[in-house]
Amino acid sequence: MMRLRAQVLKDIRQFFSARAVLEVETPLLGNSCGTDPQLDFFTTDFCLPPLQQGLFLQTSPEFAMKRLLAAGSGSIYQIGKAFRNGESGRFHNPEFTLLEWYQVGFTLPQLMDEIAELMTVLFAGRKDLSPTQRTSYQEVFQLYTGLNPLEFSCQDYCAYARYNDLSEAIDICGIDHGLWLDFIFSHRVQPNLGENAVCMVYDYPSCQSSLARVNECNPEVTDRVEIFINGIELGNGYYELIDSQEQSRRFDEEIVVRQQRKRPVTVKDKHLVAALESGLPECSGMAIGLDRLLMLMTNSATINEVLNFPVHRA
Amino acid sequence: MASYSTNEFKAGLKVMLDNDPCAIIENEFVKPGKGQAFNRVKIRNLKTGRVIERTFKSGDSLEGADVVDVAMQYLYNDGEFRHFMVPDTFEQYQCDEKSIGDTSKWLKDQDSCTVTLWNDAPLAVSPPNFVELAIVETDPGVRGDTSGGGGKPAVLETGAVVRVPLFVQQGEVIKVDTRTGEYISRVKE
Repeated sequence: MMRLRAQVLKDIRQFFSARAVLEVETPLLGNSCGTDPQLDFFTTDFCLPPLQQGLFLQTSPEFAMKRLLAAGSGSIYQIGKAFRNGESGRFHNPEFTLLEWYQVGFTLPQLMDEIAELMTVLFAGRKDLSPTQRTSYQEVFQLYTGLNPLEFSCQDYCAYARYNDLSEAIDICGIDHGLWLDFIFSHRVQPNLGENAVCMVYDYPSCQSSLARVNECNPEVTDRVEIFINGIELGNGYYELIDSQEQSRRFDEEIVVRQQRKRPVTVKDKHLVAALESGLPECSGMAIGLDRLLMLMTNSATINEVLNFPVHRA
Repeated sequence: MASYSTNEFKAGLKVMLDNDPCAIIENEFVKPGKGQAFNRVKIRNLKTGRVIERTFKSGDSLEGADVVDVAMQYLYNDGEFRHFMVPDTFEQYQCDEKSIGDTSKWLKDQDSCTVTLWNDAPLAVSPPNFVELAIVETDPGVRGDTSGGGGKPAVLETGAVVRVPLFVQQGEVIKVDTRTGEYISRVKE
């Protein structure tokens, strides 16, 4: 397992080096953190008497990497640790390894082509995969549930839940469209995605993404892609939002949601907003969980099998 | 009773769900990278034995259920109830046929078993994994037969019917695995 991990890291570096994408490092400890209401972060205290300051362990390197992009770095990638509080389970360890990359000038379809190529390279000789599948969120949601994910009809969603042994969803989700989509997608759609193949789902509903750009032709969806293999979520990518005002507005919205849900408070990343103001180049970015990738390559049932020291033994 | 959060749902934990006592079998953390975290939980209803799947929002909690397993001795059947006693305290409990269910066919007077109590009332009875019971009725054996072959049905003193090898005779005591209902061996008196 240790050897496989080392070999996969080497293959990834070779892949990006051949494409002239620069490897970078960004801080794990930062002054601020993502505002996504679904993510909880770890905080630490930086003590340098008389100074004492709270710092955040990063939930993803996204913001720091975007600052590099705005500063003119060109296309970059990073392999590093990310930290998410409160996440532990068969597919979750609170500390995990993330591959994140940004291609300047790429649109979402171009990024998807590159993801497919990377997956082919990484799985070659390790596991035979069927050809890559591509489908829109709406298509695949309708296929497995008969529901339209872009139009929220509480009545239809409740009826679906009742007939499909998910009636607890009615209480849990209420009239929250995004929550309904999370619930039904993760219970009835995701398990079917990518049977021994990479399945890319694109055009996520607008209520489901905070950093993706709204699609030019259809404002109901965003330029976001997720990839799945054997029903396991492997990664997420965006045609990145570059409008600093729009981004600042979304951060403010998310901070309000965090306060309403009584989640730990966070501050807006001023550096990122400033970087976006100075101009982020048109780009697409993708993040892939490498531990889950190793799980799939080795048919492991739990993430603990691919980690040297899972959190309870760390 | 204490209440337990989804993070504490471990296999075997007893909780109250829809006013029934239940045992957690499996708890899976489900979280889309950019979405709400859920816990998909497999639960056995201890009253009906039925297993259901139920999803909770991560962090939600359930009331604990006062359910304990107690080793007891089976005393007798009065026609309506079966009576059990805790050997240490001589405390007695009575169970109706419903809560005993299939277990009744393995229960012999004086034998020990496990009684599950909910709020100090019997909820279920489980027999030991192995019991030794006498055969009250079976066809005569065929001479020269060994333990191989198909076997024949035998009625035991508690009413259970078990397949036994052809050489086993009426009146003999045999050892049976109650989980599978299979014959294990003869027991030498």
